[in-house]
Amino acid sequence: MKRLFPILSVLTAIFLAYALHLALGKATPTDAQQGDVYRIIYYHVPSAWTAFLLFFINFTASVQYLARAKPSRQAAAKWIVIAVGVVGTIAAFVPRVQLQLTSYGMRPSAIATTVLMIPAIYFLVGWLFPGERLDVLAVTTAEVGVVFCTIVLVTGPIWARPVWGIWWAPGDIRLTSTLVLWLIYVSYLVLRRFSNSAQTQMLAAALAVFGALDVPLVYFSIWFFRTQHPQPVIGGGGSMDPRMLHVLLISWMAFLCFAFLVCWSRFRLELLQREVEEAHAMESLAGADAASRASLPLSRSSK
Amino acid sequence: MNSIKFLFAAYIATWVIHAFYLGTLVRRFSRLRQQLKELGKAK
Repeated sequence: MKRLFPILSVLTAIFLAYALHLALGKATPTDAQQGDVYRIIYYHVPSAWTAFLLFFINFTASVQYLARAKPSRQAAAKWIVIAVGVVGTIAAFVPRVQLQLTSYGMRPSAIATTVLMIPAIYFLVGWLFPGERLDVLAVTTAEVGVVFCTIVLVTGPIWARPVWGIWWAPGDIRLTSTLVLWLIYVSYLVLRRFSNSAQTQMLAAALAVFGALDVPLVYFSIWFFRTQHPQPVIGGGGSMDPRMLHVLLISWMAFLCFAFLVCWSRFRLELLQREVEEAHAMESLAGADAASRASLPLSRSSK
Repeated sequence: MNSIKFLFAAYIATWVIHAFYLGTLVRRFSRLRQQLKELGKAK
């Protein structure tokens, strides 16, 4: 394991450098309307997708952390997730729904695949991270997700300025809901950082469940509301040159590898932090025990 | 086109944010290792 991390880090660095070379190189054509500034898409969109994925993992970990308190709750959550997967996949291919989806520019197969990912990720998370590790995973994915979401909120206005002529479109649903999403997860991290209550982990998990409800709003807002933001390039109404799409997907893969390594480090850090806190607690317990033993003969002699 | 500076600004901002976060991780790791060492000595 100790050797694997540096090897993967080097491979990811090479992958990121290759993605950067493709993003800025002549392999991808220049956009006819925006010029070269459109290339921000190769960092902006993969960062957004990575943040959404991390927040979704945080959501599944939080749901399982809340559900594990009671076996009946655990079983109910399991069956709800299975039902969502099955019903969602079948519904995407019902002719009336299919027609509706197509009118919004969505592909039913893309929707079915996305819905199928929900139970897949849920059970994978539960299997790989049992017990307290679910909470460690939740805090890890929230923190790294906030970093990627920050990048989305920084690169978005930098891209908007030359294209729209403004840094920020006040009241735009896509932009506002993304900012709200960022604020929710920042408050989640603040809660975890500064609360010392025994209920902190439960409260944070509950907040994460509500926070995650904003993710579909952010994602689907451009389909259902009038917005300045362009249409999605995959599974939506937008279109993209296949060469650009190819580079976009490579860039996302590179960012996913990078996010995986950062999450790995943050996960180890959280485990180490809990180990130190436990050692401190044991030390103070031992200190208190020794002090009470030392004070016992004294109190007897004083009588 | 003048907009090229926005492209570089976005790419640089991305890596500055990542570098800053990785820096905080490294700092937190070294602080915790130091604390563990001190705890080990105390025992």
